[in-house]
Amino acid sequence: MTMTASDPKAAGSRQTRMDPVAMAESLRPDTGESAFAAQQMLPRLIGHFHRLSGHLGGQVLTFMLTIAAALIASVPMIWISGSELWLTTTALFGGALGSGPAIAETLVQMIPLLIAGLAVAVAFHASLFNIGVEGQLLFGGLVAGIVGATVDLPPALLMVACLLAGMAGGALFALIPALLKAYRGAHEVVTTIMMNFVALAVSEYAVAPTGPFVAADQPSATERVPAGTQLPIIWEGTRLHAGLLVALGAVAIVLWVLYRTPLGFRMRLMGANHGAARASGVSIERMTIFALLASGALGGLAGAVQVLGVYGRFYSAFSPGYGFDAIAVALLGALSPIGVVASGFFFAVLHAGSVPLQAIAGISREMVGVVSGLVVAFVAAQPAMLRLLSSLRKPTIDDSLTESESEQQPAETSARMEMPS
Amino acid sequence: MAKNGASQTVSTPAAIRLAGVSKHFGPVKANRSIDLTVRQGSIHGLLGENGAGKSTLMKILFGMIRPDAGRIEIAGKDVNLRSSADALAHGIGMVQQHFSLIGKLTVAENLVLGRATSGFAARWVKSLDLESASRRAMELSERLGFGVDPSARCETLSVGARQKVEILKALWGGATTLVLDEPTAALSPPDAEELYALLQNLQRDGTTIVLISHKMPEIMRLCDRVTVLRDGAVAGEAEIPRAFDDPADRHALEARLVRLMIGRNRPEVPSRSSHIWPTVLSVRNLSDGERFGPIDLDVHGGEILAVVGVEGNGQAQFVDLLIGLKKATQGGIALDDIDITGMTTLERFQSGIAHIPEDRHRLAVADGMSVVDNASIGFIDGAPFAPTPYWLSRKRRARFAAGIVKRNKVRASSIEAPVTSLSGGNQQKLVVGRELARAPRLMIAAQPTRGLDIGSTAAVHEALIGLRDRGGGVLLLSLDLTEVFTIADRIVVFRQGRIVGETTTAKADIDQIGRWMSGVDRETQA
Repeated sequence: MTMTASDPKAAGSRQTRMDPVAMAESLRPDTGESAFAAQQMLPRLIGHFHRLSGHLGGQVLTFMLTIAAALIASVPMIWISGSELWLTTTALFGGALGSGPAIAETLVQMIPLLIAGLAVAVAFHASLFNIGVEGQLLFGGLVAGIVGATVDLPPALLMVACLLAGMAGGALFALIPALLKAYRGAHEVVTTIMMNFVALAVSEYAVAPTGPFVAADQPSATERVPAGTQLPIIWEGTRLHAGLLVALGAVAIVLWVLYRTPLGFRMRLMGANHGAARASGVSIERMTIFALLASGALGGLAGAVQVLGVYGRFYSAFSPGYGFDAIAVALLGALSPIGVVASGFFFAVLHAGSVPLQAIAGISREMVGVVSGLVVAFVAAQPAMLRLLSSLRKPTIDDSLTESESEQQPAETSARMEMPS
Repeated sequence: MAKNGASQTVSTPAAIRLAGVSKHFGPVKANRSIDLTVRQGSIHGLLGENGAGKSTLMKILFGMIRPDAGRIEIAGKDVNLRSSADALAHGIGMVQQHFSLIGKLTVAENLVLGRATSGFAARWVKSLDLESASRRAMELSERLGFGVDPSARCETLSVGARQKVEILKALWGGATTLVLDEPTAALSPPDAEELYALLQNLQRDGTTIVLISHKMPEIMRLCDRVTVLRDGAVAGEAEIPRAFDDPADRHALEARLVRLMIGRNRPEVPSRSSHIWPTVLSVRNLSDGERFGPIDLDVHGGEILAVVGVEGNGQAQFVDLLIGLKKATQGGIALDDIDITGMTTLERFQSGIAHIPEDRHRLAVADGMSVVDNASIGFIDGAPFAPTPYWLSRKRRARFAAGIVKRNKVRASSIEAPVTSLSGGNQQKLVVGRELARAPRLMIAAQPTRGLDIGSTAAVHEALIGLRDRGGGVLLLSLDLTEVFTIADRIVVFRQGRIVGETTTAKADIDQIGRWMSGVDRETQA
């Protein structure tokens, strides 16, 4: 008898029950794989990027198609507002990418969009729709601002403390929707939207003229954080701050957690098929809470980074709706962390280019909102666009599919019935 | 054995005549060249197990599915049914298993719903003439003995009354032929009695009725003629006399129909395992507090125990209780003498349960994920893939998946391909391979070979038998009696959440199993 009797204590140990043959196959020694070490993390990650980009071919295509469709669809509106197409294009892209400082400013715009976009994407991977990123971002920014202004720590430590406090604040604002979703089934869209209003009200109260944390010299803001606590400028002469590194670090961590840890696997499994996750022993309640808290923490981080990197203090109106744009960022990025970087950059171009757009081409900055709305609309149309595309190249794609489908032998049940008695 | 449609010489044309109707969905042949003649004014039974092709056939007749081949004649005329509206126009009404009434509306409102007369004014301007609708509903109701109040809201009605409204709705649309799909499935016995009386009234009134059922007593009682379907083909037909001179005739006919329904060919039984090891699974007094149990059941090591029964008689609840998706309200489950009743699903898997789910799409595979990811479902906690919680090996999982793919002959273009690029049968092979790789003490296999071709089916059977021969226990839940006879050592029959019969395969009487399954046994004893 090759099988061993089950041991109840084995259930708790870190060993999955597995057929010896299957285990031997999977454990076959392999260069650089058998021993895991922290310094291998980076090559691993890079290798992973390569593999992802293998799958990404289609994603890049859809990304470009979606942007192109949205931009083309906004052309009539440019004509209606009486501007020239060429002038508009040069104003927008020249303004956002035309010079070193312009690019730096675009990157500054990208930082909160990128982190908040990650927040939305993380929740989406667990098939949860966190519309409350705006609220989590506001509250995270507020907490970071308050900690920075009131806690007495060495500047560098205080900076880290502010970022962590911001994440905790964001997670706290996701906690109530998470608990309600996990244990009561309340839809997270409804509860997170409502938490947005709570966050808005709380942050306005905190820095109201009679509020507890309002600055002496500035209405609707907290006191400035100490000088060394702000995120350092990484490109002299511009506003580009170290938040960019924080954001890219967040991308790497999210990428790692999602695709290279058991936790991320459970989360993606739950997102892909609730039933299969449950049937394989994933606790849906715990995963729901984790996903929403992680999403909220990222939202809070986006707020804290913006507060520490750009303003040095919390202003009650510091977010022009990053948390809402983040939904478009996550969707355009196809929820992939790398995709979110690309789409975050695209939206940052729109934001950064909107000022020259108004000054040079005379088009209202609201045009940016129109384009981002169109992007979301065309993201929704992506399946249709892809179908259209694949029907144009039908011979190459569909043949291989139908072939593998038809290899199955027909009418197997009937044949089995005719077995001799 | 199959004596197909001995055509009746009748003066009036048949209400419905199907000739050579075939339909396949991918590799599955749901209907194979079916001939069926339904006499005008008769009640015609359509008997068959789940998956025999009854519902497909009736959907074809109601224009919801278009057949691949074959002719449909209604009242002697060739018709081409493109939609259910077409079928209604030809006087065919269908009462589906699932109710289609709107609860907030009254009976009369439900009846006129979607039946607005054409013309702009009637559709958009004129108010609905609910009063005349109520009056007409009253008339119909009284004439046929419906006993339904047209002004009652549907949500306040009992299930039985709602069923009647469904029938009324079909008649309202001008149906002269009614197709009823398992009409008593959700009814209590008294409600069913009322429905039977109603159907007999309808017949007297000249309505032709096609009754789809797998309940033998109801077929015997109501139908004039019955057609038995098996595996998508007509297995046989029989006239049912209104009265039996000798009860023995009745039993003989019943036995014949059951044989036709479940197939009489008993395949060669491979060697049974000689050893019986100690009990692997022991279930005592287990109940979910609703429609399941309490039951007692043991699965020994070195044994394949088959649970058979008509679908929906507690098999799904039993599996949910065993793997911990549902909490037991009473009783206990022990695996190798260790109580697992209070364990989570994950702990149960880790203590030696594996599960091939019946509903692959809902419970077994994750569509958006790759073959590798799907192969590693349930293996991601701890070694060898995740020795630390911060790292999940990609290469080891890939080799593991490649091993499963190779050993189980899964046809996949690449293990990185999305699992949806695999055909259904190959997805099933992947799932079976994954669950076998758990080296389980107890394998819960629910319909493990559904949708597999002959070769793969044999491979799965071999794997289950191999597991048994090494001392593991297998709990096989199957609707395919041939499969059960092929590999099971012992059979228990579920009906309405309880065990109603038990036998060893060697001594099994297939007719007796059929009677246990369909509940005829109780009826004849009463």
